[in-house]
Amino acid sequence: MNDSIRSTQTDVLIVGGGPAGLTAARELRRLGVARVTLLEREAETGGIPRHCFHPGYGLRDLRRPMNGPTYARRLSDLAIAAGVDVRTETTATRWSDSELGLLVTSRLGVETIRATAVILATGARERPRSARLVPGDRPDGVYTTGELQQAVYLHKQPVGKRAVIVGAELVSFSAALTLAHAGVEVVSMLTEQPRVQTFPTVPIALGLRQRFPILTDTSVTRINGDRTTGRVIGIEITGPPGSRTIGCDTVLFTGDWIPDHELARLGGVRIDPASGGPLVDTSLRTSRPGVFAAGNLVHPVETADLCALDGKALAATVADFLDHGPGSADVLEVQAGDGIAWVSPGLLRIGAPAPHGRFTVWPAQALAGVRLEVRQGTRVIKRKRLLDGAVPGRPIHLVSDWQSGVDPAGGPVCVWIRGN
Amino acid sequence: MDPDYDLVVVGAGVVGAALAREFSLTGLRTLLVDAGDDVGCATSKANTAILHTGFDAKPGTLESTLVSRGYRLLADYAAAAGIAVEPIGALLVAWDADQLAALDGIDTKAKKNGYLETRAVGASELRELEPDLGHGAVGALAVPGESIIDPWSPPIAFATEAVRNGVTLQLRRRLTSVEASDARTLLSFETGPNLTTRWLINAAGLGSDLVDEMFGHRRFHITPRRGQLIVFDKLARPLVNHILLPVPTAMGKGVLIAPTVFGNVMLGPTAEDLTDRRATETTAEGLATLLEKGRRLMPKLLDEEVTATYSGLRAATEHDDYQISVDEKQRYVCVGGIRSTGLTASLAIAEHVRSLLAEVGVDCELIRESKPPAMPNLGDQTPRPYQDATRIKSDPEYGRIACHCERVTRGELRDALVSTLAPTSVDGLRRRTRAMNGRCQGFFCAANIQVEYPVVQASPGGNS
Repeated sequence: MNDSIRSTQTDVLIVGGGPAGLTAARELRRLGVARVTLLEREAETGGIPRHCFHPGYGLRDLRRPMNGPTYARRLSDLAIAAGVDVRTETTATRWSDSELGLLVTSRLGVETIRATAVILATGARERPRSARLVPGDRPDGVYTTGELQQAVYLHKQPVGKRAVIVGAELVSFSAALTLAHAGVEVVSMLTEQPRVQTFPTVPIALGLRQRFPILTDTSVTRINGDRTTGRVIGIEITGPPGSRTIGCDTVLFTGDWIPDHELARLGGVRIDPASGGPLVDTSLRTSRPGVFAAGNLVHPVETADLCALDGKALAATVADFLDHGPGSADVLEVQAGDGIAWVSPGLLRIGAPAPHGRFTVWPAQALAGVRLEVRQGTRVIKRKRLLDGAVPGRPIHLVSDWQSGVDPAGGPVCVWIRGN
Repeated sequence: MDPDYDLVVVGAGVVGAALAREFSLTGLRTLLVDAGDDVGCATSKANTAILHTGFDAKPGTLESTLVSRGYRLLADYAAAAGIAVEPIGALLVAWDADQLAALDGIDTKAKKNGYLETRAVGASELRELEPDLGHGAVGALAVPGESIIDPWSPPIAFATEAVRNGVTLQLRRRLTSVEASDARTLLSFETGPNLTTRWLINAAGLGSDLVDEMFGHRRFHITPRRGQLIVFDKLARPLVNHILLPVPTAMGKGVLIAPTVFGNVMLGPTAEDLTDRRATETTAEGLATLLEKGRRLMPKLLDEEVTATYSGLRAATEHDDYQISVDEKQRYVCVGGIRSTGLTASLAIAEHVRSLLAEVGVDCELIRESKPPAMPNLGDQTPRPYQDATRIKSDPEYGRIACHCERVTRGELRDALVSTLAPTSVDGLRRRTRAMNGRCQGFFCAANIQVEYPVVQASPGGNS
């Protein structure tokens, strides 16, 4: 069966045609890299924004507000216009055994694509019901936002009448908009956290008109299905007033993102156990020479425009790598201290500022009125007051202006949260 | 007037499907009916997917004989039909001195069952064989013949062969009563028309005692024994090399860790005796128990994501053997109490039942050769279409991956919809292709696949 495996060569091979991958590809071409090949396993590039029909995309990268599908098309068009070899319905299935490269499957067959550099931009997915170990029946009507949005917007499928949304992150409100569009009533939204996991202005900014109760400190303890129809009939929840059942025919598990890191792990790159993504330095280099990573694979999750800005920053790193080789491997660890789950990038390359001048800091627990501190040893090199507190699901952006204050010989840097 | 059928098999689980296949090779006009909307969609779909040697059966029982014979029959059939089997072997792992001592008894039992290939494994060799086992394993008994198998394809393959040989399959037909007269038995169903048959075989699994009662017997009672299982991500697969079995002791049966032919790792099952025959839900306590045990057995397993949780009901009875008997006067065969070994024993059970019928004078000589259908390969150990350059060249649809986590191509989805036993539910499509069964549970592909590859629901009582 291996007699017809072709082998080709490219300069940069990018896996994943979402905002990070498309932008990195376009910028690499702009920087004069001859052969940039981008693999997208879906029929169309654009990634998650393809099915997010709400506004707010493109703000910080294209500097023009637009909805998800428009943004996805725009980034795709720009990449193609820049001369990127975009290959859709093409899946990287494993790493090539010898040189740097990947085995891919497409309608053209099985092929090995060798590359001087590989960029992993495979994104993230929401943790589904099963992975959250929510017990009960296994009826129809249980969705993630990804499946829901594709069913509603791309395929005009009916989804139900009354929905409960599990999670109160940015994406959860995006899901509420999708449900409203589909004529589904949101019975309530619930989160295990003590507060909403995004900014209070988000529902307004998204144009969400429907009002529904948001139950905090609340978790789902069981899903009830009708054994005859096979459809959801309700969920059991437990929260401050105790346990009760909410009647609904649709349950949406939103957010709680996991990076799609299979290829990264199979490639032997070091993984940050807290985020699940590849551990990268401020140049977005992974532990494997020639392999880079960007976007929500690395920081699950940030908004699409920041992923695109990752891609832009990474293009410069990779172009430099193609011209001058890997460069110094000297890095300092950026440790996640008290109250923090992970920081991305998790390694500081001396002299290389974080992509688009920000670190993403993911809170491990909800805290009101806190400040963030960056320390090296006992020395505090940055303090930031967090007026709106911290809550898991909502990233904190730490501007990288403190990097110049780091002592290259001073050991690891630690980011932590302190109560006021 | 002749009855509509010579033989009706009630229940299209793996045993019923194997019976239908067996009799499809005879001259008997056979009907296979099931209350569900697919073959193998109750107990047969949710098990531990192990092809048992029968080493630990109770010696001298019918179960012991049929499991040991069925093991060879199913291994051969699977090889001919292209159903995935991996002969990875099992290790019964002892965690204390009592369990270690109990291994001797199990070894003796295995030999009484005619299984002679067991081997004692010391603690240090065990560590080499399974480096990721938790601390404290003191030894093991190796059972090299134990294998893992694709549990979904056998009933589909058996029923496919039966239907191709002229057996009628009717789904969504729940039997409600039987009325036996001299030459035939009248069967009534919840949906669809009544029909008549000369002989009836009860392979109704969890409902087998109820069907037995319809014939006036009270010989056994089914106690649904629920087994909850957790399936871990494929990235956990390198952690486990063998089927890791618990040593049954007076303290009860433990849980096992086993790879699946789909490339995942499963942890389970629980064993909960219930009364509700439809209680296939998972529970917080059940899952917590499994995680607690799993953490001790293999701590690293718990670091991986969970892909799925499910639960199945085993048809346990108060007896410790299969309940197989022929009532010549009622022209009725009971094939009840087939417990978790049913998958392995299925073909041997069918063979046994045919010989019982021949003994009472039913003309059921084999008149045609078995032709196992070519089943799509769902296993990861042999090349799947997405890896097969030659196949993609001849049909590019095998190069278009639609379900990314399980790497199921459009070619395979298309084939499933036009197969002899086309799926009539989304779950049926899942069991035939693996699509939507992976780590994302449909985040990326489910909406697309359900629109582009729509299944046609079975009409109640309609022929498939």
